[in-house]
Amino acid sequence: MVCLATGISRAATPRTSLLHRMAPAFTRSDLAGRPVSLRAYRGKVVLLNFWATWCGPCQVELPRFAAWQNQYGPEGLQVIAVSMDDSDGPVRAWARKLNPDYPVVMGDAKLGKRYGGVLGLPVTFLIGRNGKVETRIDGGADLPALEKQIQHLLGEKMP
Amino acid sequence: MKPGPRVPTFISAFVLLVLALVPACRAQFSPDASTASALSIPQAQLVQPEALNRVLREANSRGPVILQVGSHVMFQQAHIPGSVYAGPGSQAEGLQLLESKVAKLAKNRSIVLYCGCCPWTRCPNVGPAYERLRKLGFTQVKVLYIENNFGADWVNKGYLVDHGE
Repeated sequence: MVCLATGISRAATPRTSLLHRMAPAFTRSDLAGRPVSLRAYRGKVVLLNFWATWCGPCQVELPRFAAWQNQYGPEGLQVIAVSMDDSDGPVRAWARKLNPDYPVVMGDAKLGKRYGGVLGLPVTFLIGRNGKVETRIDGGADLPALEKQIQHLLGEKMP
Repeated sequence: MKPGPRVPTFISAFVLLVLALVPACRAQFSPDASTASALSIPQAQLVQPEALNRVLREANSRGPVILQVGSHVMFQQAHIPGSVYAGPGSQAEGLQLLESKVAKLAKNRSIVLYCGCCPWTRCPNVGPAYERLRKLGFTQVKVLYIENNFGADWVNKGYLVDHGE
């Protein structure tokens, strides 16, 4: 069955920071099968949230993100939720209850790695209008502070 | 969410917060899964990351069987070398997987469980997994104490990792 470790692996290397770099491009299908491409949102401020249905802190944040989508969407905010659930069944059940007004896509290990490793949830990125990562938040966000940052980014014009 | 009738913003926010907290501040448990919390695991059964990493580095020692009982997606990104995926502990199917992984082990075999999905106090997986192994009669079960998440408390500390399956 299982072998124990005998020093076969390497020490972890520090995560490469994405801050102020272009957010890694991706295209995934949402729960209705429609393509969601990050590139299509260039010019908007994107709140990219990695979450899961089993993640308690995520469930606290998600309604606020939904409210912000409603409130700040006309000014250019776009929330994209990336579920790190192991299957889409629970995610579909969640979406039926909450009916989010933003795209929900399924993530995986590959996407998590491209975003510097998503090894705990939630993880939230703020991506500016120019496509660059402005913020990475590991764990539950300080929501008032995050909202202020969103307002600031929305006020910035596209370079 | 679609726009509704106008109500004061703070009331809307409060209602949303309550609705979020009432059903969803815990994992989605299957009907037969335990609701044991990580906090129910005795302190004496916890092992600190630094200590486990030391054991892993001691190539000559016969270390514990290490089982990750959280998210498979996270396991694939990074996991403790030699560990096997055996979860999620919060779901009946995950506990069945766990049972299958330990089926041939002696009851006094040293086992370490870990997750790292969430802050320790919010982890839905390690508690039920620990409880299941104890009920099966395993006497040497410890749980890796991960205060924040696997990324912060293991990977970012430079401890040994493996990737993929």
